[in-house]
Amino acid sequence: MKVLLNGSSYSVKDNCSLDWLIKNLELDGKYAVEINQNIIPRSQYRTKKISNGDKIEIVQAIGGG
Amino acid sequence: MKNSDKDKFKIADSVYSSRLLVGTGKYKNTEEAKSAIEESGAEIVTVAIRRTNLGQDKNKPNLLDIISPSKFTILPNTAGCYDADSAIRTCQLARELLDGHDLVKLEVLADKKTLFPDITQTLHAAETLVNDNFKVMVYTTDDPIIAKNLEEIGCVAVMPLAAPIGSGLGIQNPYNIRNIVENASVPIIVDAGVGTASDASIAMELGCDGVLMNTAIAEADNPTLMASAMKKAIQAGREAYLAGRMPKRAYASASSPADGRFF
Repeated sequence: MKVLLNGSSYSVKDNCSLDWLIKNLELDGKYAVEINQNIIPRSQYRTKKISNGDKIEIVQAIGGG
Repeated sequence: MKNSDKDKFKIADSVYSSRLLVGTGKYKNTEEAKSAIEESGAEIVTVAIRRTNLGQDKNKPNLLDIISPSKFTILPNTAGCYDADSAIRTCQLARELLDGHDLVKLEVLADKKTLFPDITQTLHAAETLVNDNFKVMVYTTDDPIIAKNLEEIGCVAVMPLAAPIGSGLGIQNPYNIRNIVENASVPIIVDAGVGTASDASIAMELGCDGVLMNTAIAEADNPTLMASAMKKAIQAGREAYLAGRMPKRAYASASSPADGRFF
């Protein structure tokens, strides 16, 4: 199935968890995740299932004033 | 002890010694940012919240590895937001990102050319965020009435612009800034528009509690040296404010006595 990840189409395993996606992305450092504009707390990554067409945003802190 | 040695200020429930707050944007690289920010002595450091660059170089340092939340108070901003909803969403993501840290810099912009804030949207976002238990430091115009409104909503600091963001034009309306300071019961921090050290001193001499700057340091030819200059300028301006300046006179007043002259 496909999701929209940070604005780009991305293929994921059917019925996968958010935790599975994050591990596959090999993310470093601190980040926060939103699915369909709902923030997903870190404690729910393992139980949160991803659905076809989900809009996922993964954000981090970068330089800014 | 000099007055300035114990001169601390409080934002929400935290006490700070440094009245210089700095941004982390526009630096050539992370080493340059780290060097300048450390030299500035700033304790509060702003960051922006953006999409993670997926597939980036793993050896590239993460900003929060350099500006550690254990060493600095991280102040996530809502830069680039042109409506209240996206600013609120950004703050909520920042709070999750920083493990419940609830101090944010709210800015809702109105116009790409001036980056002046949209006050209607700013007031709306401030109210929502305060009700959601955020501690809001708010970027605003130098309008004294709006500054007071934002304080009454419950913002923990009000941050009027000196001049447009990144313009380096200095304090364009000292009268309004002084008026905002005189009427405030929360810290007033000049945010945006400072270009060089004397601008920062003027802000502090007007009685501001602090100055937040980014471009003035990051775009200097030597950012670390400018950070050092800004640190001293903030201290000098603050001490001058506390010392109480002499009155201005229209004409001269001799410094040496008239009595005892032998000529």
